[in-house]
Amino acid sequence: MKTKNQSKEIIKLAHGGGGRLSQQLIEQVFLPVFGNEMLNRMDDSAVFNVLHSRLAFTTDSFVVHPIFFPGGDIGKLAICGTVNDLAVAGARPMYISVGFIIEEGCFLDDLKRIVASAKEAADEAGVMIVTGDTKVVEKGHGDQVFINTSGIGVFEHERIVSGSNAKEGDCIVVNGPLGRHGMAVITTREGLGFQTRIDSDVAPLNHLIDVMFSSTDQIHAVRDATRGGLATVLNEIAGQSGVSIEIDEAKIPVTDDVKGACEILGFDPLYVANEGIVVACVGADAADNMVQSMKKEKYGARSSVIGRITGSSDGEVLLRTEIGSHRILDQLSGEQLPRIC
Amino acid sequence: MEVCGTHTMAIARYGIRGLLPDTIHLLSGPGCPVCVTPHHLIDHAVALARRNDVIIATFGDMIKVPGSTSSLEAERARGHAVQVVSSTLDALKIADTTPDKKIVFIGVGFETTIPTVAVSLVEARTHHVNNYYVLCAHKVIPPALDALSQGDVAIDGYICPGHVSTIIGYECYESIVKQYGIGCVISGFEPLDILQTIQSLVSQKKNNKPAFENQYTRAVKPEGNPQARSVIHTVFEPEDSEWRGLGILPMSGLKIRPEFQSWDAAAQIPVDIEPTVEPAGCLCGDVLQGKVKPFECSLFGRACNPDHPVGACMVSSEGTCAAYYRYNIRS
Amino acid sequence: MCLAIPMKIIKINEDRAIVEIGGNQREVGLQLIGDVRVNDYVIVHAGFAIQKLDEKEANETLALLREIENLS
Repeated sequence: MKTKNQSKEIIKLAHGGGGRLSQQLIEQVFLPVFGNEMLNRMDDSAVFNVLHSRLAFTTDSFVVHPIFFPGGDIGKLAICGTVNDLAVAGARPMYISVGFIIEEGCFLDDLKRIVASAKEAADEAGVMIVTGDTKVVEKGHGDQVFINTSGIGVFEHERIVSGSNAKEGDCIVVNGPLGRHGMAVITTREGLGFQTRIDSDVAPLNHLIDVMFSSTDQIHAVRDATRGGLATVLNEIAGQSGVSIEIDEAKIPVTDDVKGACEILGFDPLYVANEGIVVACVGADAADNMVQSMKKEKYGARSSVIGRITGSSDGEVLLRTEIGSHRILDQLSGEQLPRIC
Repeated sequence: MEVCGTHTMAIARYGIRGLLPDTIHLLSGPGCPVCVTPHHLIDHAVALARRNDVIIATFGDMIKVPGSTSSLEAERARGHAVQVVSSTLDALKIADTTPDKKIVFIGVGFETTIPTVAVSLVEARTHHVNNYYVLCAHKVIPPALDALSQGDVAIDGYICPGHVSTIIGYECYESIVKQYGIGCVISGFEPLDILQTIQSLVSQKKNNKPAFENQYTRAVKPEGNPQARSVIHTVFEPEDSEWRGLGILPMSGLKIRPEFQSWDAAAQIPVDIEPTVEPAGCLCGDVLQGKVKPFECSLFGRACNPDHPVGACMVSSEGTCAAYYRYNIRS
Repeated sequence: MCLAIPMKIIKINEDRAIVEIGGNQREVGLQLIGDVRVNDYVIVHAGFAIQKLDEKEANETLALLREIENLS
């Protein structure tokens, strides 16, 4: 029922893209009403004390289409996404809830496949699925399967790790090549007439992050680079920490197949979604040591230093191009669309 | 001046301006076909989208462009059928698989794209795909170069479009050099291609010897692509056309020939198009001629930004304002 | 003015070809060019091959570009 003077503004797909419009939606609709000290920090996980324990709590919803893609599916994604949000807060992920919204007509075998995949991911991460919910909606009112997961993690140390803690002089480290998840998903969609070997990088990163924290106590910020890609998370860190960042295009790992697919579709790999990439800001002295430790781990073989925090200023992210010039890496605007001209 | 949206983006993306001395100014011209298309086309596309028997098929660039009151993206959000495709062949496939709908492809683009649309109409006729239509708003580059060369902005050289030139070849640029004494160099899209092109133009200017050169020899032949031009000629014929900022340029647009009228959306699918309203304060027209830099527009970055665009230059993936905004070029 | 990229032809089937870049393959129309063979490089735009890449010219340009690169 519309109220009398209801505005005609509508929610667009771009509002879910993870870029500027998403942020605006949160700032204009959710924060003014839900806002409080904890929520306003806008970290991947909320961190708080309950009695004598420091806990992290997070939630995420998964609406990926198609639900099966090379390298994974929505089940694996749903577990890894929440595990990673807890891990980048510095917590040990422990308990996960899963809520399924299933569209009438979804094949039972598909659901079983997704459930098995989620369990496998949970086992690898070492977390327990302790509660859940199931709903079914009429055909046409969902998209096969949507999943929401929430997770609780516990802190086994006193460190504060937050997107707002990055310091001038820190090195910026990533654990692997960018853009794989987004390109794996989009090239699988019908209508693009594409065959590709790109696999999603979806993975639980908590063990890798443990190794990172064991190697040094100079990690000031850790984020996972999901929707909106590396560029978006760097902008968020720069904004939250009030620093400026410079990264070196030549040092950013991107595989040839992702580069090629991005060229075909006119995408920029720096803005493409990842589901297995962690971005850490670590004290310069400790960076090399941490990278070496990461390289021995399953999801860290191609870890590298890609840039530095250059100063305390206006949250600018600068990219040094391969030809030595510089350009600003702005936040993602809307969704990246396949473009032609 | 570069007259190709892909060049505008490449120059911004590779930070080329930062590598040049202050004495060299790069101006962005009307190189983005979406940006030079008047609002009316979007309003027409929106009106078509609102018909329940129509599926709009379009390249991704078009869907966010604001019309007078709506955009294809907004219509999609309201539940109307708008499908992003990467080729007219995909649009034909959609037509094939949804015989009860009219599939309308929004034909915007210069000579690189026009042959691909022409082929789709030939195929539609050959294979009797009678529910495929094109809403034709194509424009061709040479008349725009003429208009710019006669215009108020002093241009010392053109960085000529790489891929349009693969189709049209050398002829029109040799003519510009001869008639106006402005150097023309066809450029590739890698940063070093562009730098080499700028170097050639600067050299020409220094020696006062404007000339035509082709830096993109690996892709552009002197004769262009005669086969592509032939299929354009089979399907389309030239007409006068309105360019945002440049006004009506004679013989600068294309319309579908009578033999293909059955696939012409404008002729076959009646709609009520709302009256066109140009947004107040929008300087897209001046930006497109290089008269005004994006940051000199009072709406730039404030009322007009990529998420809430007022004009096409801000929202098109190759729009000048979009490039300047994205790469934060404020001076 | 349009995004077009060089891709290698790996298979031809009448007026269509499968082209490849970095391991990614797609099908394109050959209606706009004649006389191409498997292993030729073509410029691909909007799902069509619009021009054949001239290998000799490409090598010459690349050599020149490398020369500029070495100077900077």
